[in-house]
Amino acid sequence: MSFLMSHLLSIITFLPLLGALFILLARGSENTIANTARWVALIVTIVDFALTLLLWVKFDGSTAAFQFVERAAWMGNGISYHMGVDGISMLFIVLTGGLMPFCILASWESIKTRVGEYMIAFLVLETLMMGVFAALDLFLFYVFFEGGLIPMFIIIGVWGGKRRVYASFKFFLYTLLGSLFMLLAVLAMYFYAGTADIETIIDTVHFPVAMQSLLWLGFFASFAVKMPMWPVHTWLPDAHVEAPTAGSVILAGILLKMGGYGFLRFSLPMFASASVTFTPLIFVLSIMAIIYTSFVALAQEDVKKLIAYSSVAHMGFVTMGLFTLTQWGVDGGIFQMLSHGVVSAALFLCVGVIYDRMHTREISAYGGLVNRMPVYAACFMVFALANIGLPGTSGFIGEFLTMLGAFWVNTWVAIFAATGVILSAAYMLYLYWRVIFGELVKPALMTIKDLSLREFAILAPLVAATVLLGVYPKPVFDVTSASVAHLIAQHKAEVAYDQAPHQKQIKLASRGDMR
Amino acid sequence: MNIQADLLTLLPELILAIGAMAALLIGAMRGDKSTNLLSIFMVLLMIAAGYFAAVAPDAGAFHGAFIVDGFSRFAKLVVLSSAALCVLMARRFFEEEGKVRFELPVLIGLSTLGMLLMVSAANFVSLYLGLELQSLALYVLAAFNRDSQRSTEAGLKYFVLGALSSGMLLYGISLIYGFTGTTEFAGVAHVIKASGIGIGLIFGLVFLIAGLAFKLSAVPFHMWAPDVYEGAPTPIVAFFTTAAKVAAFAMFIRAMIIPFPDALHQWRQIIEFVSVLSMGLGAFAAIGQNNIKRLMAYSSIGHMGYALLGLAAGSLMGVQGMLFYLAFYAATNIGVFVCIQAMRRDGEAVETIADLAGLARSRPRMAFALAALMLSLAGLPPLAGIFAKIYVFLAAVAAHLYVLAALGFLASCVAAYYYLRIVKVMYFDEPAKPFDREMGRGMGAILALSTAFTVLFVFVPGPLIGAAMTAAQALFR
Repeated sequence: MSFLMSHLLSIITFLPLLGALFILLARGSENTIANTARWVALIVTIVDFALTLLLWVKFDGSTAAFQFVERAAWMGNGISYHMGVDGISMLFIVLTGGLMPFCILASWESIKTRVGEYMIAFLVLETLMMGVFAALDLFLFYVFFEGGLIPMFIIIGVWGGKRRVYASFKFFLYTLLGSLFMLLAVLAMYFYAGTADIETIIDTVHFPVAMQSLLWLGFFASFAVKMPMWPVHTWLPDAHVEAPTAGSVILAGILLKMGGYGFLRFSLPMFASASVTFTPLIFVLSIMAIIYTSFVALAQEDVKKLIAYSSVAHMGFVTMGLFTLTQWGVDGGIFQMLSHGVVSAALFLCVGVIYDRMHTREISAYGGLVNRMPVYAACFMVFALANIGLPGTSGFIGEFLTMLGAFWVNTWVAIFAATGVILSAAYMLYLYWRVIFGELVKPALMTIKDLSLREFAILAPLVAATVLLGVYPKPVFDVTSASVAHLIAQHKAEVAYDQAPHQKQIKLASRGDMR
Repeated sequence: MNIQADLLTLLPELILAIGAMAALLIGAMRGDKSTNLLSIFMVLLMIAAGYFAAVAPDAGAFHGAFIVDGFSRFAKLVVLSSAALCVLMARRFFEEEGKVRFELPVLIGLSTLGMLLMVSAANFVSLYLGLELQSLALYVLAAFNRDSQRSTEAGLKYFVLGALSSGMLLYGISLIYGFTGTTEFAGVAHVIKASGIGIGLIFGLVFLIAGLAFKLSAVPFHMWAPDVYEGAPTPIVAFFTTAAKVAAFAMFIRAMIIPFPDALHQWRQIIEFVSVLSMGLGAFAAIGQNNIKRLMAYSSIGHMGYALLGLAAGSLMGVQGMLFYLAFYAATNIGVFVCIQAMRRDGEAVETIADLAGLARSRPRMAFALAALMLSLAGLPPLAGIFAKIYVFLAAVAAHLYVLAALGFLASCVAAYYYLRIVKVMYFDEPAKPFDREMGRGMGAILALSTAFTVLFVFVPGPLIGAAMTAAQALFR
């Protein structure tokens, strides 16, 4: 048990990789391999999810210090295998663990070719995503962050729709270009600090203001593409439309969160003054994302594309919240990411359900589904309302808190952001109306079946999570608030240090003091 | 000065030299049917030479014309191991082609001997001797498929342009000798430190760099590479891009760092220029290629550009990065060429990228290996390539060459496109007619080795990085 506890993060991270290895070694007919792959992937992801829940239970929310820390020699010279979580990263690990079993289940029947390779790609991807949130070394983070491109490229390219090749290349090259600027910044940071240890850099290293701006822009190039922020979001709709359902779920649920997590882990604490300098830029881009992409979403004819654009808009709330640098805004940003991780994933799963039946994502091909699919219509409605941000659903908490934070900092930003809420109601209700309500007149839909047991088992827990988080969000804030408070305090101290350079030493609060 | 001690220092080279001559005699008496035996013999010789190269203590021989140090040990081990693998590849290749000739292992052995001398050379004369021994054997090897028009054309092109570059190199060396009065690396450094660097010496330096850059196929001296790579037999190309590149690069590093440390500002500009052009051309020119060997030629040009970033830094970190880069590059390229060699359909070797279509279904393991190698060359974590890139780029950043590093990253993003295209063809496209048969156990083992290095490096990066560090320190005592 002690081995499990002392290596919990490594086990969570690398368990899926072991599962992938197991599938790789499976022998037999194509059918046998496919079945083995499905079951192994399901069991591994469920066990991994259980372990992430154990992580949550054992997590001490009263401190901002990193917990479950592991260190081992890796590349030498200040580059080590350093893992650990604090209140900011912990819940993303739980989210990743929680969504994976749904992905595997959602692909159970819809993926028929090369199932073994498909499951391997997903398990490898899970390892890399877990690693992103757990890594506390710059190079280790980069390896996990960038490594995720390969399995996602394969997933979109092999099991995707008609324009999969275009979409996969666009996704890959867009993200790669952004990340390479981040790598350049990482190299410069490592050279300046003499260590790649994230905890040490946050707590003790202070970059000169001029250098901060360049480093901030380097990281921004990567995170803005990943988020994605307007105007570098154009890869996302293509990738979403072409990816298989589970691919879209992971893309919307986890991969988009890496950008926001990156801002929290790197940009805000490490380049504090630069973050202040660039806050207006972030606000403008966030507002653009919220309003512009909402209008774009309103005009979409493809269900997946509509949800993809709504994701961009919702990520606008996140960036806005994070850069308000208030407890409300940052807490709200994190909550919004978690909520969006559940809700958008669920929406894509809902699209997957009707796509599996009709093999089209055109909104005009549907209509009146409520007549034959009442359970489906009910589930879809919960997620649609959560996406709008209706009180009582998880979407409300995040949007409300981020706007509260924005209001505190800049009223105009809050006003513009609030229009986004109205627009999101417009496009989501319009979508829901066209797909679900009305008379069932299309002949192809006459025989459509309601949710199967497997599909219901996928959607029901997500409905529960959406409502639960909306009614009782406290468990989330119990985890995040100490770390967020520490982040904000540290940020203030760093900025003060830059503005008063004659003061030789201002003691930065170390993590231990925040208890 | 003890002749016995001198000869003992050169033991690995002597083993190869005497062994290769013995092999030539055996071949001359027993004819082509002894080829198999000679190939094995040559591999054993290389293993023996590798062993003695690894255990040899630091020493100088023949009045400092040859030097054994950590740097030469590292380079020799990389050269010998890739050369030995190339002998095995060549044996298989010419058997399948039905054109077995006993000269092949002998020629590879002789040119490897030249490479060992190159990496140990600490004097411009011994450097030139080693280089010519290597090059002459390589010219013949390029034209080894003598009934094929493409192969003979490759050999001739390589020979004419190679002779030109040797001429430039010699001209540079003679200028350096004329202005410093010595051909010893350390002596040249001494003279420059004492009396500065004049315009004549700079001319010599430029010609020297031009001659050496030619051997690396760095832009603007790259024109021969795509044609030669396309025409020469596949295992020979593998030999060109691994052992020959590593040896030439190691020689280049020593010939810059030891004699010209005080002229860093003069030669850094040239290296920067060559590096940026190589990275750029390697990235853009490869996009339009349909022949995979031509594509690998442009990829090789690009990779030489990345490695040269480390030389432009001119620091300990830079040399470490370059050595690591070369080891990674050799290990990866061997695997890629094993795959290219296995591309045979209806008894003919096929070479276009389209021939790989759907390989993931017909040969899943080979496709996985080739995909991993390609993505590693593209520099994607968690594969080995990104770590090699990190170290050379880190050296460039540490030397404040930020613009150079940024351009390098842009080039590698462009280059990622054509590596991805190969993965796309193998994984996304509908299967073409499958290749004739499995590549065979021996080749499979080499490919597995190369892939394992690529994929598993991330878990144990320490030893190789440490070894490259030790080797680099030898030049900065």
